[in-house]
Amino acid sequence: MSSPVLSAHDLQIGFQSSRASRKVVASGLNLELRASEFVCLAGPNGVGKSTLLRTLTRLQPALGGEVRFSGKPLRDLSNKDLASMVSVVLTEHVQVTVMRVRELVGLGRFPHTGMFDSRSRQDEKAIENALELTDVSHLSDRFVQELSDGERQRVMIARALAQEPLLLVLDEPTAFLDLPGRISIMHLLRDLARTHRQAVLTSTHDLDLAMRSADRIWLMNRDGSIAQGSPEDLVLIGQFGHTFSQANLQYNALTGQFEEERDRTKLVVLRAEGLAGTWTERALRRAGFEVLVEGAPDLPLVEVEAQGITNSWRLTWQGVSRELSSIYALLNALLE
Amino acid sequence: MLARPEPKRTPSKPTTNGWLIALFVLILAAALVLSLSLGSVSIPIKQVFGILFGKPALKESWTTIVLNFRLTKALTAVLTGAALSVAGLQMQTMFRNPLADPFILGINSGASLGVALAVLAIGTTGSILLAGISTAGDLGLALAASIGAGLVLGLILLVGRRVKNPTTLLILGLMFGYAASAVTSLLIYFSLPERIQAYTVWSYGSFSGVTWSQLRVMAPVILVGLALTVFLPKPLNALLLGEEYARSMGVNVRLTRFFILLSASILAGTVTAFCGPIGFIGVAVPHLCRNMLRSADHKLLLPAVAIIGAALALIADAIAQLPGSQYVLPINVVTSLFGAPFVVWVIIRQRKGRTSFSV
Repeated sequence: MSSPVLSAHDLQIGFQSSRASRKVVASGLNLELRASEFVCLAGPNGVGKSTLLRTLTRLQPALGGEVRFSGKPLRDLSNKDLASMVSVVLTEHVQVTVMRVRELVGLGRFPHTGMFDSRSRQDEKAIENALELTDVSHLSDRFVQELSDGERQRVMIARALAQEPLLLVLDEPTAFLDLPGRISIMHLLRDLARTHRQAVLTSTHDLDLAMRSADRIWLMNRDGSIAQGSPEDLVLIGQFGHTFSQANLQYNALTGQFEEERDRTKLVVLRAEGLAGTWTERALRRAGFEVLVEGAPDLPLVEVEAQGITNSWRLTWQGVSRELSSIYALLNALLE
Repeated sequence: MLARPEPKRTPSKPTTNGWLIALFVLILAAALVLSLSLGSVSIPIKQVFGILFGKPALKESWTTIVLNFRLTKALTAVLTGAALSVAGLQMQTMFRNPLADPFILGINSGASLGVALAVLAIGTTGSILLAGISTAGDLGLALAASIGAGLVLGLILLVGRRVKNPTTLLILGLMFGYAASAVTSLLIYFSLPERIQAYTVWSYGSFSGVTWSQLRVMAPVILVGLALTVFLPKPLNALLLGEEYARSMGVNVRLTRFFILLSASILAGTVTAFCGPIGFIGVAVPHLCRNMLRSADHKLLLPAVAIIGAALALIADAIAQLPGSQYVLPINVVTSLFGAPFVVWVIIRQRKGRTSFSV
């Protein structure tokens, strides 16, 4: 196994406003991140995910402990050395107007060029490469302010890649994107790690997406501790339930989803198979029913008849049988 | 596998921009010649060139007018326009605020207070001192303004090292400005009308008060302020993304901020000391250049704003002379009255749905 790109020992993070007052967010953190690994930092709002990322990238000082990049202590690195080891994509919305995509991405070459910023062929190649990896080459002459949120985020990632870092750190890169945008960014990050051996660390709210794409998850708890492991390991040891448990919300380890906990007093019997059956069951559960396979004859009975893509639902209840053409109509009939 | 389309190469932008810069230089040269030729007495351009190259002119007086009045005035305008535009660009980038100008940190208020103290307070307490100042000519005013601007500059640099957030610095600068203006107003309130008149004239701004001996001080100081920016394009470009991104790219933000403040304060302070508070140029020229060049790259913008700033100052001064008449308008009136509609036109024309009016 390769040596870790990033490691933290007994790290304490937080804010020090004066000599006397400090607010510790988390302490005793021992973390490790390897080359070509895609790690997602997840956890409830306000537990200190950003604080951790900012501390690891020296945007704010650690209160204690040590961070190392490829074995070198973070505090001994010059600004320039650090910049060639780690690059960032921050949550802050960058406000530039008359800057073209290529120019913005080119800013990533900062730690590699001299005082007057003259670019070598190698610099140009790194810029070209970053544009291609993030699939924004076709945008390179566009102005940054004309881009959509998703394109802009890709360009910000391209800028960070042009910096040619050992580790790419992103803070909530999917926060303002729609679902396809979020998926495509997470897949991009995963591919960067898998195909190009780029170590990537990102914080995210998207637990579902993180579970489907991350090699490892750092799950930050409200007490500041961090559980590490593959997404599946964390599910099996019940870590998600532990971290996110709230009143009325439970993590269902079977479906991998959070479910609202409520008393299911209404019962319904469902006899159905296939795709239509699965979605009918989901709909019934969503409407608050406990779905049974067998039950007393006085319970409402739902049967699904699938004929190609056209389905029909038969509801038998209190001696009356009705044909319904959609799940929506079925639920309305049940809830009457 | 699908063949990927070749990424389209950037159209030869550097060349286009090179031509634009060359055009700017031509505009500046034309403005310079025009300002030497126009005025209350109109001197033919051929004669102006002759005088500049040491040939005797048709009229003796023309040589004096060109060499001792118009050339000093033109050089002052060039230095002022370049200095204010470069300082304004630096402030807009550093504060990431399109409304920032060279005086945003209160430099001009400090200078005004210095002048107000010299003209108003000393004037009321001892007429002998005032007499001394007036015999020393405007160099006394320049000295007073320099001390005022220098004090504010020192305060800003001192505070700037301790402050983390540029916005905090901005607010502190504003507060310095308010405090200095308040003291100035107080002085005006308790002053004699004649003294107020002298102060008001200074506050209108003028390029014509600067003599050769003053230029010998003003020019080197402004050149130092401009020279300080030689190493700044790269960090300024990084700062466009904000201080955090700049730091993550390896910029020493504190050091960069120190040099930006030093350069901008020297430039703005010197101009105010010698010419009075000249408004508008410092805030407008950076926008004008960004719009014309369609670029935010400081390697390009810094020289461009210096050239365009100098040209605009010359043109403003030429208009202020009301060629052919004996009247001279205050320079601030011209820059704002003629400049504002022009800049509004440029920005609206280029806008087309985009938010161009930003850094």
